[in-house]
Amino acid sequence: MRFLVCLLALPALALAEPAFAQDAAAESALSGADTAWMLISTALVLLMTPALAFFYGGLVRSKNTLNTMMMSFISLGVAGVLWALFGYSLAFGDGNTWIGDFSMAFLNGVGLEVDGSIPSLLFMAFQGTFFIITAALISGAVVERMRFRPYIIFISLWGLLVYAPVCHWVWSGNAWLGDMGALDFAGGAVVHINAGIAAVVAALVLGTRKDYGRQAIIPHNVPFVLLGAGLLWFGWFGFNGGSALAADSIAALALVNTMLAPGATLAVWTLIDLGRTGKVTAVGAATAIVVGLVAVTPAAGFVSPISSLLIGAIAAIPCYFAIQWRSRTRLDDSLDVFAAHGLGGITGALLTGVFADSAWNGGADGLLFGNPGQLGVQAISIVAVMLYSGVVTFLILKGISLVTALRPEIPNEGMGLDIASHGEEAYSDGEGIVLLLDEEVRASSAA
Amino acid sequence: MKLVRAIIRPEKLTDVLTELFKAEITGLTVTRVRGHGGETEIVETYRGTTAKKELTEKIMLDIGVSDPVLDTAIDTLIAAARTGEVGDGKVFVLPVEKIYRIRTGEEDVSAVTPVEAEASP
Repeated sequence: MRFLVCLLALPALALAEPAFAQDAAAESALSGADTAWMLISTALVLLMTPALAFFYGGLVRSKNTLNTMMMSFISLGVAGVLWALFGYSLAFGDGNTWIGDFSMAFLNGVGLEVDGSIPSLLFMAFQGTFFIITAALISGAVVERMRFRPYIIFISLWGLLVYAPVCHWVWSGNAWLGDMGALDFAGGAVVHINAGIAAVVAALVLGTRKDYGRQAIIPHNVPFVLLGAGLLWFGWFGFNGGSALAADSIAALALVNTMLAPGATLAVWTLIDLGRTGKVTAVGAATAIVVGLVAVTPAAGFVSPISSLLIGAIAAIPCYFAIQWRSRTRLDDSLDVFAAHGLGGITGALLTGVFADSAWNGGADGLLFGNPGQLGVQAISIVAVMLYSGVVTFLILKGISLVTALRPEIPNEGMGLDIASHGEEAYSDGEGIVLLLDEEVRASSAA
Repeated sequence: MKLVRAIIRPEKLTDVLTELFKAEITGLTVTRVRGHGGETEIVETYRGTTAKKELTEKIMLDIGVSDPVLDTAIDTLIAAARTGEVGDGKVFVLPVEKIYRIRTGEEDVSAVTPVEAEASP
């Protein structure tokens, strides 16, 4: 959809540019301002993956802290490399209406030439940061009970087989959802609904944690959760603001909406908390911020600031009660990826079809501005992403389970995956730990 | 010789230490422990999970004393640790068979008699 935004802005540019600039149009001029903003935005979005590691890491029990955080961090390596090798080409290569091709595999032909108004290499990197965090988002549904090797295989295959095609459908500029006019400014469908439904499927395929429904499994470090939420918000200014692909008025609109919507979600969440229990919870506040950010993501550059307040406020309601309801079911989507990202993304995507306002975005109207059909297009994009992502996620996980066990042995799950999967502990005071000398290490590994 | 074992509220530790030191009872060991007494339970809510805290944080003091000091130690402890609410804790007095001071090998009463700290070398 970002491409549509660029296209919409083109007539305005053409009017402003003198006629002789047409000769240079083939090469199109690099904008220093746009490039500077996109450089910063890329760094901001990359920071969101470590931020997610803190958000998720604080929500699990202390014995699984490192494992949970590593599930996000490893994506910086695995997904980051795969994006450059194949992912970018599969998502943004010409291909057909369903998927890109291998024309830009190994970054073939992706260089310093200008694409829009920034180097195409920079566009590749910016999009790569989305690829990295989307794979990491799913991990929240499988924490505390997935072996690390199958997890790495899973996010690798999922990135290439699910994220890349869905990204192609919406953002490549030559595929069916984009052509239908589906509005997804920064990834409500591509990132959040996509990861949210994959999370539900992954939680169902893996099954519940062994202690689920028997013990109270509570967050071990709520300050981490708040820290993660704060850093996610900071990074999200690049996620949404950068999705304008320019340092322009749409970027300003997206950034302001990204500031306002989570605030509204937090306010409504607080009121519900007060009404239900009389106490305003910190984990609830952190969750509310993420829900608001997710909900405004598809809408950020399309709606007025007042509409973004409404989107944030409305999104609090289904997500709040979905989280309450989910934990009473046998669906162990452990960190509520679906309730926050899936449902938040669906709410945001539908409301984008309601509140989109061409007076602000220069081209796309929603239900309230005389274009009720947009709501239908938004619904189609939601259903399409959910179906495709759900089915292919299931097939990938079942396929991996034929080769290797997805879950650790029960005693390892009990001991915690920090030690079982990583041979490390998040919190150790070092007392009672004895140095193993080289020959002792050899003896114990031989035994 | 007795071992006085007191379970007290964490927030009363400073008061208890201050009073014990005033009474010149200076040899003790402090441990963070958790226990269950008659306190009202604390309910916590994390998203959809509501959980009850069955165990309350407490501090355990172990004090080895000679018989003449025993009553002072107990009276001081009880006075300093009391709030009057449920959950103030307990004081147990246990018989002690033998005491050694590791540094000198002194035994029994002389092992629990405070010495002036020598100037460190």
